[in-house]
Amino acid sequence: MTGSDLLARVSDDLPALQIAVPLLSAAICLLVRRARAAWAIAMVVAWGSFASACVLLSRVLHSGTISYAEGGWRAPWGIELRIDLLNALVLLVVTFICAIVLTASPRSLDQEIWREHHHKFCALYLLCMTGLAGMTITGDAFNIFVFLEISSLSSYALIAQGTTRRALTSSLQYLVMGTIGGTFILLGIGMIYMVTGTLNIADMAVQLAAVGPNRTVLVALACIGIGTGIKLAVFPLHIWLPNAYTYAPAIVTAFLAATATKVAYYVLVRFVFSIFGASLAFGELRLDAVLMPLAIAAMFVGSFVAIFQDDTKRMLAYSSVAQIGYMVLGLSLASVTGLTGGLVHLFNHAIMKSGLFLVMAAVLLQVGSTRLEAFAGLGRRMPITMAAFVVAGLSLIGVPLTVGFVSKWYLVMGALEGGLWPVAVLILLSSLLALIYIWRVVEVAYFRQPPEDAPEVCEAPASLLVPIWVLAGATVFFGIFTSLSVGLASAAARMLFGVEL
Amino acid sequence: MFEGGLYPYWIVIFLMMTGLYVVISRDNLVKKVIGLNIFQVSVIMFYVAMGKVRGGTAPIQAEGFTVYSNPLPHVLMLTAIVVGVATTALALALVVRINEAYDTIEEDELRELEREEEA
Repeated sequence: MTGSDLLARVSDDLPALQIAVPLLSAAICLLVRRARAAWAIAMVVAWGSFASACVLLSRVLHSGTISYAEGGWRAPWGIELRIDLLNALVLLVVTFICAIVLTASPRSLDQEIWREHHHKFCALYLLCMTGLAGMTITGDAFNIFVFLEISSLSSYALIAQGTTRRALTSSLQYLVMGTIGGTFILLGIGMIYMVTGTLNIADMAVQLAAVGPNRTVLVALACIGIGTGIKLAVFPLHIWLPNAYTYAPAIVTAFLAATATKVAYYVLVRFVFSIFGASLAFGELRLDAVLMPLAIAAMFVGSFVAIFQDDTKRMLAYSSVAQIGYMVLGLSLASVTGLTGGLVHLFNHAIMKSGLFLVMAAVLLQVGSTRLEAFAGLGRRMPITMAAFVVAGLSLIGVPLTVGFVSKWYLVMGALEGGLWPVAVLILLSSLLALIYIWRVVEVAYFRQPPEDAPEVCEAPASLLVPIWVLAGATVFFGIFTSLSVGLASAAARMLFGVEL
Repeated sequence: MFEGGLYPYWIVIFLMMTGLYVVISRDNLVKKVIGLNIFQVSVIMFYVAMGKVRGGTAPIQAEGFTVYSNPLPHVLMLTAIVVGVATTALALALVVRINEAYDTIEEDELRELEREEEA
């Protein structure tokens, strides 16, 4: 076999390799037992996954949906990996965040996790990545549950690595809630299987449309809504999130905040639009009437509670609850523009939140605390890091020329299109709350003198600064050049609503 | 109410509610894990009941076997059982670590300790 033949074979099997390579490398990481070697393996795999996600995306753009029959068993009998515009976008985001956060990780890990555990950390990280990528690209409903549990179990273990003992209780709390959520999803999938007799997502959609709404379908939607709602941390099912994000190691927080909830959002969108169908979910079952009040409540409660936090990591965790509210609001608007806003916000929020949490990792590394008073004078002593915080923070508020503005623009447009002008006003009002909590940090960092006896603090190492600025730069870049994020999101939204491209 | 072979589903609902109630109402973390297990098992029973056909045999293609149970949901549950075992193992490992770190596994006492820590 010549080299080009081999390359062609490998590139045909890319969807399967996207899952298989991280899974096997996780085991290899465990066997190497050397901290830096395991990290190097994980780095190669993570950036390789990102490259493969780019190739898959360009192939989807070029020649349409990719269907890959695992083991050669044809769908709907075998397990299918199915990559269309929607999950190609999500896969790109997830693999990019995995790679960039891992790049930033070594110094922060040295601080928070014993060196003899680093290879285990890398193994768990790759397992979590396997689960997230698997959930994203699989075309089989039961497979979603299996990959969900792979990613969840590894994320519970990752959170428990935190330095304080509260990491343990937070992890267990997440485990209990997450398992209930996963089991509800399993129950919902079982009910759809009862009605349709298939597990293939595309086939389910066809069969369900033939059956029409009945009580089993309604209960299935409710179960899946609750299950994904817990994993996505929709208000009021978010109580696991603030503790888990606060007490997890800083790197783990940056990783999970930008990926786990995003993939859960993708699963919800996939079930609502690709399986139940927009007319069934919104017309017959009135999902929007349930989700919209919850989304708006999340936007306000999350931001409002964030204002009163003294720990900035916890503040950003509550801000995540609010930002998830915006994404869910986009879905509940039940229009192409609204869903575009939700999907763009998935992309944008992943970039800015991982950037902000990496800033937290840098501050924790140099100052030793992420409490608000520890930020005093950091504007002068860690200028490059804090500038990145300001850029990403402005984006969180939704200032023009940043990504936050782009997603809010589409959400407001979607609300106005649906004749819901009070919702548009509420979106703008809740942005003001974000201004308050970001300003609190900026004020302390730039205008408050550090106490006399404060130890000298210098700028964060380049291994952290470069990823932070790649992400902060991306919030501005994609705020100005929106064709990639908005173009993909709106094409995916039109595909889900069945509107011609 | 119980005619037509629906009673397995009543058992499923009873188990599911029992499990959820135990998770919510108990303070002891081990009891919470037990409740979680009951909850997961109820869904396993749900799938098994769904695939079972009254008088059906295993799907054997031979003379004398005409009515089959659906093997697919039964096979899926092998995976779900593995997931359940992994979850329980991880949960118990965390409970052991919590017991080492706090000297208690009662949730109300844990909450008390954490409140003192914050103050």
